[in-house]
Amino acid sequence: MSEHVHRDDFGARLGMWLFLVTEIVLFGGLFIGYSYMRYKYPMEFHHGGAELNATLGVINTVVLLTSSLTVVLAIVAIQRAEKKRAMAFLGTTLVLGVTFLVIKSFEWAAKFHHGLYPNSAHLGTLPPGEQVFFGLYFTMTGLHGLHVIAGLSVLSVMLWWVATDRVRPDRYIHLENSGLYWHLVDVIWIFLLPLFYLAA
Amino acid sequence: MTTHAATAQPSYLVDTGKRKGLLAWLTTTDHKRIGVLYLYSMISFFLIAMGVGFVMRLVQLTTFQKLITAQTYNALFTLHGVIMIFLFVIPGLPAVFGNFFLPILIGAKDVAFPRLNLTSWYFFMAGAILAVLSLFTGGGAPDTGWSFYAPFSLKTGTNVSLAVFAAFVLGFSSMLTGINFITTIHRLRAPGMKWFRMPLMCWALYSTSWIQLLATPIVAITLVLVILERFFGIGIFDPAKGGDPLLYQHLFWIYSHPAVYIMILPAMGAITEIIPTFAKRTIFGYKAIAFSSMAIAGVGSLVWAHHMFTSGMSNLATILFSLLTMIVAVPSAIKVFNWVSTLYKGSIDFQPPLLFALTFIFLFAIGGLTGVMQGALAINVHIHDTYFIVGHFHYVMFGGTGMGFFAALLYWFPKMFGKMYSKTAIYVSWFPIFIGFNMLYFGMLILGMMGMPRRYYVHLPQFHTMHVVATVGSWFLVLGLLTYFGTLLYALFKGPKAEDNPWGGVTLEWTLPSPPIQENFETIPTITHGPYHFEQESK
Repeated sequence: MSEHVHRDDFGARLGMWLFLVTEIVLFGGLFIGYSYMRYKYPMEFHHGGAELNATLGVINTVVLLTSSLTVVLAIVAIQRAEKKRAMAFLGTTLVLGVTFLVIKSFEWAAKFHHGLYPNSAHLGTLPPGEQVFFGLYFTMTGLHGLHVIAGLSVLSVMLWWVATDRVRPDRYIHLENSGLYWHLVDVIWIFLLPLFYLAA
Repeated sequence: MTTHAATAQPSYLVDTGKRKGLLAWLTTTDHKRIGVLYLYSMISFFLIAMGVGFVMRLVQLTTFQKLITAQTYNALFTLHGVIMIFLFVIPGLPAVFGNFFLPILIGAKDVAFPRLNLTSWYFFMAGAILAVLSLFTGGGAPDTGWSFYAPFSLKTGTNVSLAVFAAFVLGFSSMLTGINFITTIHRLRAPGMKWFRMPLMCWALYSTSWIQLLATPIVAITLVLVILERFFGIGIFDPAKGGDPLLYQHLFWIYSHPAVYIMILPAMGAITEIIPTFAKRTIFGYKAIAFSSMAIAGVGSLVWAHHMFTSGMSNLATILFSLLTMIVAVPSAIKVFNWVSTLYKGSIDFQPPLLFALTFIFLFAIGGLTGVMQGALAINVHIHDTYFIVGHFHYVMFGGTGMGFFAALLYWFPKMFGKMYSKTAIYVSWFPIFIGFNMLYFGMLILGMMGMPRRYYVHLPQFHTMHVVATVGSWFLVLGLLTYFGTLLYALFKGPKAEDNPWGGVTLEWTLPSPPIQENFETIPTITHGPYHFEQESK
């Protein structure tokens, strides 16, 4: 490897923000689809939304928002050279993220139990608009779930890096960027909640 | 101009690390080597797709139809489109010349994220391999055309899922390159390299990168939806379940029209580098060219539905998209006028890169004007889905981006490899390319006007003569292209050593030795003036 060490935290942050832009546009395609379908089938989306468990949705929102807070606290802790505290906050974030996924899986399981999943016999008997609603529900929450899993994986690596001092008070850009990604996951969820759970 | 006779540092082609040979190349983070990796892979894909196109033309000579079934023909045009679009024209100039020259042109040692850059190449190759696998696995080669239109792409038994996933992976490669270039241009310009002192290739790459960033995710999610639809039947594009195929077309073209500008903008950038060098004078209207790149990127993102005038949209929407389509021709024309004005009263040094650059302008002008024709609603309805469209986009994609690529390769080849090619052989290759190209694609324009539909395996007798003309043209074209690539391949091994500045260029790459040293600059230069500063020019 070459000798010169080039380090540009601002550049790294810029790159991350640009990546987040691509993520937002990625979901943007789905939001376009959602808007069009909801415009086409307002009543069916109303009925579809009524099938979802708004309480669980709100609980999950609180869980995810709290996990975003703990990521920020972890970054603050590392800036103040409080390694143990940073690790504790990151650990909390991971637990909260997993909690979100567990609650989500209960929700999905319930939908499957009621036969509300794409290509199911029961869903086939419902009006077309509701079929599209559930198609979008599973696609969008599923894709979001994948992002949660990706975020958790990245944050696990960060926890390891903090433990092994690869993330340090003078070099925490990786943690900061992972935090940004986690906030993005959070922000997307904040839009999914009203679009699906509060659609009724 | 400084000389480099005493340069101690080895060229980027020499292995100095622990790894040697192929392994050193496959693990490199040097932007120049990555550019060369892209170059080799892309030219291979180009030659394959060219072969496929050649066979497709043979099918239109009816005597050859016994060899190829209609289903195979469908697979062939899909394959030709997918390889050419996703593996050659879209990544073409940014991945090869952008990677190699962007850092050099702005006076940097590498791109902002060198490892990410290598990752992009691996995504590119992974996508390419998946695309090849899709031909031989599942239900066989996809037969949808490169646009994967729903609902047929949802229903066909061929292996659309894997092909679509390949395009998704390639999209990833494209996005990561875009992120890398934008960050590089923002952060790594040499001292004094202000925005308006950057060579215009950088402006072209900058606007291209923004399109890659903002448009590619849309097609990524659209392709994911196609896969989900095929496996789970989520219903968003399926009319039986309340979905809408028109939504697919919108989402697809929201990316795929701007993708046209991903293809053409860097080619325009390369032409903008070539013309001042051979006219020996500064570019005419620097800012007009820089801003027109950004304008093309901006307006070009708002014209997608002109692909859908016959798909059943509201009249208001078609009129708006028609108007926007006409407007996007303005910044493109600005560039053409600027190039021509740069040549005017220049002391023109006629060399192979300039010949191909002028060919670009000529062919792109035909492509652009036929594009404006199709933007007009009434004409569009008549020629929609005919050979006219095929002729038009080959004039733009091939006559534009392809010739831009060939011109850029001729221009930068001596710098990249430190070897010079036979100029005579390149001139000889130009004649069959130019004649064959126009026979083939102008023939298609005429066929389209006569009413020959695209993607048809057979044709009516009245179209036969023109089909023969086009097919014979394709033979000339292939002959010329093989001569062109053969000349360069020969030069690579047997060519004489190239000078550091064979063309008398004044941008930063010509201040370096040929081939450049590993970290480009021994000391980062300080920039004190604009990019096209020719000394003999009276100011």
